[in-house]
Amino acid sequence: MRRSGESRYSWGGDEHLVVQFAEAMSLEVNFTAMAVSKILNDDRLPGIVDICPANASLLIRFDPDVAAPAAVEARVRAAEEQVAGAPARSVETRIFEVPVWYDDPFTNETGSRFRDRHQRPEGNDLEFAAVENDMDSVQAFIDAHSGSPWITSMVGFVAGLPFMFQMVPQERQLELPKYLRPRTDTPALTIGHGGCFACIYSVRGAGGYQMFGVTPVPIFDPEQRLADFNDFMVFFRPGDIVKFRSIDNAEYDAIRAEVEAGAYRYRQRPVTFDLDRLLADPDGYNAELLGALYGS
Amino acid sequence: MAVEIIEPGLAASIQDRGRPGYYSVGIPPSGAADLRAAVTANLLVGNPPDAAVIEAPYMGPALMFDAPAVVAVTGATMPTLLNGAPAPQWESFPVAAGDQLTFGFLRAGARIYIAVAGGFDVPVVLGSRSTYALGGFGGFGGRNLRKGDVIPVGRANGGPGRAVPEELRPAYRREIELRVVLGLYDYRLTEAGRNCLLESEWTLTPVADRTGFRYSGPVLEWEERIQPFGAGSDPSNIVDAGYPIGSIQVPGGVEPIILHRDAVSGGGYAMVATVISADLNRVAQCSPGTRTRFVPVTLDEALRARADDQARAARLREALEATR
Repeated sequence: MRRSGESRYSWGGDEHLVVQFAEAMSLEVNFTAMAVSKILNDDRLPGIVDICPANASLLIRFDPDVAAPAAVEARVRAAEEQVAGAPARSVETRIFEVPVWYDDPFTNETGSRFRDRHQRPEGNDLEFAAVENDMDSVQAFIDAHSGSPWITSMVGFVAGLPFMFQMVPQERQLELPKYLRPRTDTPALTIGHGGCFACIYSVRGAGGYQMFGVTPVPIFDPEQRLADFNDFMVFFRPGDIVKFRSIDNAEYDAIRAEVEAGAYRYRQRPVTFDLDRLLADPDGYNAELLGALYGS
Repeated sequence: MAVEIIEPGLAASIQDRGRPGYYSVGIPPSGAADLRAAVTANLLVGNPPDAAVIEAPYMGPALMFDAPAVVAVTGATMPTLLNGAPAPQWESFPVAAGDQLTFGFLRAGARIYIAVAGGFDVPVVLGSRSTYALGGFGGFGGRNLRKGDVIPVGRANGGPGRAVPEELRPAYRREIELRVVLGLYDYRLTEAGRNCLLESEWTLTPVADRTGFRYSGPVLEWEERIQPFGAGSDPSNIVDAGYPIGSIQVPGGVEPIILHRDAVSGGGYAMVATVISADLNRVAQCSPGTRTRFVPVTLDEALRARADDQARAARLREALEATR
């Protein structure tokens, strides 16, 4: 298939179109993926079944009996050109807090069972992360992980699982390889990390990301018990901004009890995310976003 | 009425035609792995094509009926027994209250479909009765069937005596060609790697389920490069992206995986081709050990294959309506 500018368009069989905007991850390219998705969503071509923005790409699933592949491609190229011609550099989204019990016994126990699949047999994944990122302590790594916010660059893998990219310059990105071979088990609600991406495992299951801790807060709730899930069983949406907050065992238990009682509410605020302001002054802009979240 | 699971078989689940529209949040379409066999089972018992059926891979369950009903079994070739006596496949037949339906050993194909007139009446979640076991919702209790489950059946109006004509029944073989559209991240393979994918014979491993089908064979060679930021260090790694249903990924260059209807929706492994929609049902009827070749086709050829497949489905529907 032809290439349009930097992007690479390719068919995934007769029901999918994949657009690779770039091969490398960056906030700019993720912003493009989200902006193109939004245009396609707002004026949906009949026959387009799924619009799945990813970190640096876009997956479209369509029904070729309703929408001819050429018509789907034309619509996506038009949306991409619209974004390129008048780049939307800000987006209405929300910021919320995810409490994390780092260095918890659940992920440590699971990690110890799969040490033969890990790069560093001694210690746990957090210790490995600190060493790999040239930090002098696990605490320094946790401070970096929970200090600056992250943007949800993709939702997927399994139901409701967010991939998050930290809103800091590339030289401050936390980078780690995945496990040498994937684990067959990961506790539900594990905070994971692979490449430059954080994730939260929405359900228990296989996984290859490094494990740093657990959150007491559900992110996927098919029974829709909590008020934050009234509209939909999945909480995360692409573009959501996330602040991790380090909590201890006692606070983990207290939040779990609130969740069990059906009373927990996410701390969240609507915000406008402005890409240029972030790129110009990451720390200043992030402080402003956190001010909006915590009401200072 | 209701059907009780006396023995669950292996990973049997309730499926219908699936749950499209939620892939962007990681919820796959699900639905019967062999949609054609499931729809045929429904038509045989007079159900609408999207009624819920039982899908049972490799080993049949044992079922007991608490009221008279009409039943049809399609898909894999597997001796079907009503109270121990042979019963037909690809043909609807009546059962009485207290009757037990059991199965012998798999002979060909991989998955049977059991339809009961009225359809299995489990709750509709996000527009479908299909089980998505990984997400824990849909189907019966969001999971595969277990011994002792009692599954309600809806109101029926179909009758017995419909049969799929012999010439319209599929033949399952242990050697298969799957048509694929090359593309996606196939530029990451060397020319030798691409040739190897298309020229080798691949053998389906026991890792073959609703999520994906994994094949053993030679190692594929990737282009050497400095990996892009965020992609991960292995040459088969990409910045995590969406995975098409039917796409073929090759983690580490070994053991290609075809993602199926309970696909993980995205991840960090390069996909190099996609099985065309007309061949996904055929993948579902492959059992471990099936020798497989990937045959490249163009998008236009894939669309023609889709049209041919739909024409076959229409002939089958007409044949069944003629036997009413």
